Amino acid sequence: MEITKHLWEFLPTLRGKTLTVEATTVAEVVREVERVAPGFAYYICDERGCLRTHVNIFIGQERILDRTRLSDAVDADSRVLIMQALSGG
Amino acid sequence: MRVLVGTRKGTFLVEKSNGAWQPRLAGHAGVGVNFVAKDPHNGDLWAALGHGHWGAKLSKSTDGGVTWADASQIKYPAGARYLAPPDPDPNASEEDMKKGPVARDATLLKLWVIAFGAPGQVHVGTIPGGLFSSNDGGQSFELNLGLWNHESRGGDLFTGPGTGHTHWFGTPASDGEFAAGIHSIAVDPRDPARMLVAVSTAGVLETLDGGKTWCGRNRGMLNDYLPDPAAEWGHDPHFVTLCAARPDHVWQQNHSGVFYSSDGASTWQKVSQPERGVHFGFPVAVDEHDGRTAWLVPGKADMQRMAIDGKLFVARTRDGGQTWQDLRRGLPQHNAYDVVYRHALANSGACVAFGSTTGNLYLSEDAGDSWAAVAHNLPPIYSVRFG
Repeated sequence: MEITKHLWEFLPTLRGKTLTVEATTVAEVVREVERVAPGFAYYICDERGCLRTHVNIFIGQERILDRTRLSDAVDADSRVLIMQALSGG
Repeated sequence: MRVLVGTRKGTFLVEKSNGAWQPRLAGHAGVGVNFVAKDPHNGDLWAALGHGHWGAKLSKSTDGGVTWADASQIKYPAGARYLAPPDPDPNASEEDMKKGPVARDATLLKLWVIAFGAPGQVHVGTIPGGLFSSNDGGQSFELNLGLWNHESRGGDLFTGPGTGHTHWFGTPASDGEFAAGIHSIAVDPRDPARMLVAVSTAGVLETLDGGKTWCGRNRGMLNDYLPDPAAEWGHDPHFVTLCAARPDHVWQQNHSGVFYSSDGASTWQKVSQPERGVHFGFPVAVDEHDGRTAWLVPGKADMQRMAIDGKLFVARTRDGGQTWQDLRRGLPQHNAYDVVYRHALANSGACVAFGSTTGNLYLSEDAGDSWAAVAHNLPPIYSVRFG
C-alpha cells in the first residue's frame, strides 16, 4: 500500500513507506494502516467511514467503486494507492 | 502581546519588533485555518483547520506556536442526525416532495470557532450545528446533546424521528452542504456555566447550567427576510460577543443590522444607523471593561458585502450604539474592497486589529482613532485574535 506524500507531513510515521498489510477489502487496508499510524483513517475517511470527497483510492490501475463502505476486494498481491483527488484552490 | 491570524493558507503570528508589527508564517502552510486562539489559562494555542482534502482537524501548540500537532479530533457520535430539506429530485413523487425535512447523518464539515471556559474547558462550534466541549483540557470532546437535541431543531433524533420540524436553516459557510453552523460561543467570565451561542441561521441560545438546557434569546430581534420580522427563530447572527467585565452587555452583528443588549441577551435593541453605513457586516468587538463601547467593520448591505463605496472604515460607539463614529485615519479611502469576516476583528486594551479577505491586516493602538497596515499580501484572512 502506498499513500500520497501529501499526507507524510501529518502522519510522519508513514513518510516514504510502502506498507504491506493483510486485508481482503479496502476497508481492512485502512483499518490496518490506522494501527500503524493512528489518525490516518480520519484523514481519508469521515467519522462514518466514508471516503472523503476529495480523496481517491486505486487498486492497481482501477479506482475503487464503493466509497461508502470501502468494500472493494483486494488480493494478496494487490497494490493499493491512496491519493488526493484533483481539486484546486 | 501578539496577534494570532488564521488564513486560507496557514497560521500567522504578528509581533511587535523594533517598534513595528511584523507578521510571520507560524504553521499550517497551505492549509485553511478558520480560527486560532490562545487558552488564557495555560497559554496553549489552538487552531481550527479545514484541509482541502483531509477534512477538518484541530491542531494545538504547547510552545507558543513554534511547533503544532494534531489534537484530539472532533467526531460526531454514531446516531447524530439533523433535519435538512431533501435534495431536489426530479424523479420524486408528489407525495415524497411533501414529506418535509429528512434526517441526515452528521459528519464534521467545519470547525468554526474555539472558546475557553473554566480552566480545562475548551468549546468548539462546528458545522453542522454542533457545540463540542472538553472538560479535560482538550484531551476528549463531547457533543453537547442539550443543544443538539433542542426542540428548535426537531428534538432527539438519536432515539426516534423527533418532531420532524426544524427552525434551523443553513449557512453558505458550510462549503457545500447547506447546514447550520455555530460560529459564536460567548462564555460568561463570572460563571462559565452560562454561555451564549449564535447559530447561522437560527438565532442566539443561552445556557445557565453548563449546557444541559438551552433557551432561545431572540426577543427584540428583527429580520428583514422572513414573512414575520419578529419571528422567534430564523435570525442570522453573524457574530455575538459579550463584555468580559460586564457580561450583561452583549453585542450582535446580524445580517439585518447591529443589535445590542444590556440585560444579558434577554432583550435586544436594534442600534443600526444605515444612513451612516452602520448596518451590515460580519464582526463585532466589545471593549473588555466598558460594555457600551464596541467596534464594527461595516460593509455594503447583503447584496454586495464589501467596503462601502470603496472606502474602508471602522465604526465605533461609546454609548451602546446611540451614536457612532467613523474611524478612517490610516485606512484606504479609495479603491478598497475589503471584506472582513466574522472572526477577523479583535481588541485588547487600546489595540484593535482586523484582517480582510484581500489579505490586508490593519492595527490600531489608540482604540481605532488611527490605523496602520501591518500586511497587504497575506492570504485571505479568516480570523484575528490577540493572545
